[in-house]
Amino acid sequence: MTDSKYFTTTKKGEIFELKAELNSDKKEKKKEAVKKVIASMTVGKDVSALFPDVVNCMQTDNLELKKLVYLYLMNYAKSQPDMAIMAVNTFVKDCEDLNPLIRALAVRTMGCIRVDKITEYLCEPLRKCLKDEDPYVRKTAAVCVAKLHDINAQLVEDQGFLDTLKDLISDSNPMVVANAVAALSEIAESHPNSNLLDLNPQTINKLLTALNECTEWGQIFILDCLANYSPRDDRESQSICERVTPRLSHANSAVVLSAVKVLMKFMEMLPKDLDYYGTLLKKLAPPLVTLLSAEPELQYVALRNINLIVQRRPEILKHEMKVFFVKYNDPIYVKLEKLDIMIRLASQANIAQVLAELKEYATEVDVDFVRKAVRAIGRCAIKVEQSAERCVSTLLDLIQTKVNYVVQEAIVVIKDIFRKYPNKYESVIATLCEHLESLDEPEARAAMIWIVGEYAERIDNADELLESFLEGFHDESTQVQLQLLTAIVKLFLKKPTETQELVQQVLSLATQDSDNPDLRDRGYIYWRLLSTDPVAAKEVVLAEKPLISEETDLIEPTLLEELICHIGTLASVYHKPPSAFVEGSRGVQHKRLTSSAGSGESVESPDTGSAAVSEAPPTVIPSQGDLLGDLLNLDLTPPTSTGPPPTTAPGMQLGAMDLLGGGLDSLLGGDIGGSPAMGTGFGAPPAAMPASFNAPISGGLDDLFDLGGGGGLTMGTYIPPKSVWLPAMKAKGLEISGTFVRRSGVIQMEMTLNNKAMSVMSDFAIQFNRNSFGLAPAGPLQILTPISPNQSIEAALPLSTVGPVMKMEPLNNLQVAVKNNIDVFYFSCQYPISMLFLEDGKMERQVFLATWKDIPNENESQFQIKDCHLNSDAASNKLQGSNIFTIAKRTVEGQDMLYQSMKLTNGIWVLAELRVQAGNPNYTISLKCRAPEVSQCVFQNYETVLKN
Amino acid sequence: MIGGLFIYNHKGEVLISRVYRDDIGRNAVDAFRVSVIHARHQVRSPVSNIARTSFFHVKRSNVWLAAATRQNVNACMVFEFLYKMCDVMTAYFGKISEENVKNNFVLIYELLDEILDFGYPQNSEPGALKTFITQQGVKSQVQSKEEQSQITSQVTGQIGWRREGIKYRRNELFLDVMESVNLLMSPQGQVLSAHVSGRVVMKSYLSGMPECKFGMNDKIVIDKQGKAGSNDDGAKSGKQSIAIDDCTFHQCVRLSKFDSERSISFIPPDGDYELMRYRTTKDIILPFRVIPLVREVGRTKLEVKVVIKSNFKASLLAQKIEVMIPTPLNTSGVQLICMKGKAKYKASENAIVWKVKRMAGMKESQISAEIELLPTNDKKKWARPPISMNFEVPFAPSGLKVRYLKVFEPKLNYSDHDVIKWVRYIGKSGIYETRC
Repeated sequence: MTDSKYFTTTKKGEIFELKAELNSDKKEKKKEAVKKVIASMTVGKDVSALFPDVVNCMQTDNLELKKLVYLYLMNYAKSQPDMAIMAVNTFVKDCEDLNPLIRALAVRTMGCIRVDKITEYLCEPLRKCLKDEDPYVRKTAAVCVAKLHDINAQLVEDQGFLDTLKDLISDSNPMVVANAVAALSEIAESHPNSNLLDLNPQTINKLLTALNECTEWGQIFILDCLANYSPRDDRESQSICERVTPRLSHANSAVVLSAVKVLMKFMEMLPKDLDYYGTLLKKLAPPLVTLLSAEPELQYVALRNINLIVQRRPEILKHEMKVFFVKYNDPIYVKLEKLDIMIRLASQANIAQVLAELKEYATEVDVDFVRKAVRAIGRCAIKVEQSAERCVSTLLDLIQTKVNYVVQEAIVVIKDIFRKYPNKYESVIATLCEHLESLDEPEARAAMIWIVGEYAERIDNADELLESFLEGFHDESTQVQLQLLTAIVKLFLKKPTETQELVQQVLSLATQDSDNPDLRDRGYIYWRLLSTDPVAAKEVVLAEKPLISEETDLIEPTLLEELICHIGTLASVYHKPPSAFVEGSRGVQHKRLTSSAGSGESVESPDTGSAAVSEAPPTVIPSQGDLLGDLLNLDLTPPTSTGPPPTTAPGMQLGAMDLLGGGLDSLLGGDIGGSPAMGTGFGAPPAAMPASFNAPISGGLDDLFDLGGGGGLTMGTYIPPKSVWLPAMKAKGLEISGTFVRRSGVIQMEMTLNNKAMSVMSDFAIQFNRNSFGLAPAGPLQILTPISPNQSIEAALPLSTVGPVMKMEPLNNLQVAVKNNIDVFYFSCQYPISMLFLEDGKMERQVFLATWKDIPNENESQFQIKDCHLNSDAASNKLQGSNIFTIAKRTVEGQDMLYQSMKLTNGIWVLAELRVQAGNPNYTISLKCRAPEVSQCVFQNYETVLKN
Repeated sequence: MIGGLFIYNHKGEVLISRVYRDDIGRNAVDAFRVSVIHARHQVRSPVSNIARTSFFHVKRSNVWLAAATRQNVNACMVFEFLYKMCDVMTAYFGKISEENVKNNFVLIYELLDEILDFGYPQNSEPGALKTFITQQGVKSQVQSKEEQSQITSQVTGQIGWRREGIKYRRNELFLDVMESVNLLMSPQGQVLSAHVSGRVVMKSYLSGMPECKFGMNDKIVIDKQGKAGSNDDGAKSGKQSIAIDDCTFHQCVRLSKFDSERSISFIPPDGDYELMRYRTTKDIILPFRVIPLVREVGRTKLEVKVVIKSNFKASLLAQKIEVMIPTPLNTSGVQLICMKGKAKYKASENAIVWKVKRMAGMKESQISAEIELLPTNDKKKWARPPISMNFEVPFAPSGLKVRYLKVFEPKLNYSDHDVIKWVRYIGKSGIYETRC
């Protein structure tokens, strides 16, 4: 007899017929009918109308029939909650059955029915089953707690099931232990701080014992749970590793990979000079290689993980290059992953072999694979310097095949090779130019155009080549358009005589005929640059470019660390943190490796570190790292001062003028007699600026300074608390937090640099972008010792105000670039404007009055400061600490009027009238200044000073 | 954990659908059909993320198996589980086909209920499952209490793969060492990569709960014994020992004992099972050498000559030898001359297939072919896929030898000597390719 016939009933009136059959007296007929119902349910037909009839069949001795009815119940109970109640009695009765299989079946099924009323009835049977004499029932009940928790977490806690579940970890039966661990791990995930899985050496020991005895699946649950444990010291770490290593020989790949995860994680704790550390490294390689002889789907998972492992610990597989060679019949997803790993493992020792293989792959059929192989050759060239020459010649061979996509891919990578090894392989340019016609992909076209522009002086007909692209300018993709614009400007700077017309053409195409803002902006920048100062333009456009490195395609270290903690899971397959693809709270905790740094001390729990980061989000960072800002400084010089550039067309002048108008003039010039040049206005550098004041200062010294400098009446400068400027995630593990202080006339930027990466950081340097008040470092950033992982260092950087000026938005925004041995990072931060208030900012009364009158009324702005409970004297004292000086005080009808002045480092005076009414916590402040732009900032400063 | 498990036929019709978690809805079933089975382009990853649901899929003949989840599950475990499920189904009703799945859908639902609970895999050993999931559901009712508890303790117990009280009149076991030898050779005859992946497969018909110990010529063990034992003995056997790169074992093998003493001891499951898998890369005997010679004569003609040499004891015979020589897509005609066996050009496979039934060791044979090509304007050169080979030889190319398999059953009165043991070595080609 076969069951397939149940799938074929599709006639009308089916439901009615089924109903009759379900209510039949004959057992056989009933069973047949239920089977038909289940078959319909499987193909997606709605058979919920039969609910009462099916539930009636539940009371049966036939276990097969019972299971079918249960299956139906699990599917439809939610849509018929009231009728589902009918089933409760049978469940409760079954939970008392003599046969353990039936008891377990009942409790298992009940947990799958997500109906509140049923859940209530579940509690008692579940409690009994958790203590059942039969292990089969107990292991089923353990999972049922997790099910119930998913439906009603509160109920589980109230009923005390969590404690019972914890007790099951000590159960005599290994499978019960494994299921209890799985259930607890899942529940713990939704309560990150509950400490539910109270892992201590005793429980760990129990788990390790159960590990040897339970099923393959149970071993996975236990290993995945163990991976969350943080051993107290390296000895404990080692002893766990020793007991986990035998799992590497298990036939089940998941057991192997989960064991690898535990070992990779705990290895961090072991001192590198330990013999055992080396032994462990050696033991890891063979099982990883063996995973590659599993089924292709598992190979894929393994390869994605090996990709991570190789980045973290390249030494493990460095001798195993050959096993990653692609086989002709590998599925494409395996091929692509193998290729990635081959490049990661490529070194001087094996590069010849790797290149021979890659060349072989480049002739295969699958387009994606071939492209990746060609790209891989380029990456090898960049990674292993000794092989660059051979790579280039291989790429040239491939270009000769004239296969379109191979040629294009090759040109893209050759561009990168040029960037890595300038002035070495330019002889091949001629060959590349031959293929100009056949390029139809944007990336390849852009790369080729870049090459032509960069080496315009060596290509005789560079102008013709570029001109040919210009014809269809508007049909090109943005990438190509931008590159073409830059290339032609480069060409013009190199051969100005012959290419004027060309550059004019491209500039007008970019600025007038395009509606792409990026393109227009870049066009304007070049245009103005060329028209203002061709020499500067040359310096900017033809500046030496930083070399590119192989690191660009590595996974960012903090992410890599997190992914290592997720070896074997989906996260490691996607190479994304779980939070990127899992919804809700589940599994979104960030995991991190704990290293051996603090082997003696108590080790940070894996979660707290990253929690701290997320608690203190970076302060406002508008337009991060706007490097182009540099180029926009034209506003400072009147456009007429330089001679009209040769290429200036009337239309262009107009466009440029538009952008140049307005701007900063009032801020910069207004107060200092309307002189358009700014030099004088920026005044002398602050009087006292000890040059030797730049070494890192310890906290104690700081305090002393504070007392000495700010003694007497003043209450000391308000120093904003440090905030995170540069989060570690954005800077390959470097975290910078900091604040600004002004002490005895010196502005200082105080920073805490925290190394959260795994490698030592050194060679620090700092630079500011032009900013509103010309803040610039007064000396180099003094970090004398390299910062080792997990170490943080304090640094104080004295600032001067004589740097180049450019208006920022907001005014007190500062864009900073920090360089270290790893990379350059950009961030922006805002400084309190009081840093810029000079100590001699107290105006003479008479001058104050005259100035107040002199400044037009439209420059006055009024603000409210709410909820400030200081009296006028206290406020005055407090403000004086920030160099806001009270000149006079007047009391009118119970209202104190304070007249105050302050002077900015660039010579701008700000006058203020502060009205304080006794009993009213709201202050009114009026600010008058020749440069009204600063008012907003000054007001904010008042507010922060008064409220802190 | 696994949120749902679906089985489809090749048209994308659902044959089995079992949902374990609330976050997987009915629409997931359709999403997979639309985005993977009916996708215009072949899906290029065995894991697909569709609308924040991840699908793990494997295909067996014309049937798709897919596991769906919305959590960060152990991906390796999910695939292992899918394979295991295929094993279980095969153990119950043979080949996995649409017909068989439909015919056994009630059974499959029953199995799915048992081996996956809330998405967590449970005991999935067919031997254990068969004791209580039967197609005659009534049977469970007539079991005695002892029988029931015996079932549950086996399903959950330490030795979940074997039940107690097995009796055979004749205690017998069959041991097959099955190896597949893999090779990638350059046209010049340089070995680019070669490895043997081997399996030790057993069929045991033993009474009671026998304790077994398996020994082979593992270099590490032999060297250890060589040091302890007499000198010349160690030297003699040392020559024949092999270096095993890595091995994995059936879950019955005590891994901690292997880790500490490198001895393989276990209580075997009853019937068929795979005891271990291993991999070796050193001193492999490559049974055949393929020497290709391809010459392009103008644009429309290709001359191919392939020589194969057998490289093992002359007294042994290789069987089922098959050489596949790929031909370009624009082949219009092929003339073949071969010294031995039969050769044919198969246009559908774009290859010349040369079959030789038997070949003794230390022999040589060759085939030459003239391939005529149609002129094309296709710029892309022919990719020249490698020449591949299939064969079967009666020895283990890794050099592995079974030294002993001892059986102890203290409770029953049969000894190691009473057990009839059969050992067989089979070497097969894995991916055995020579580039040309």
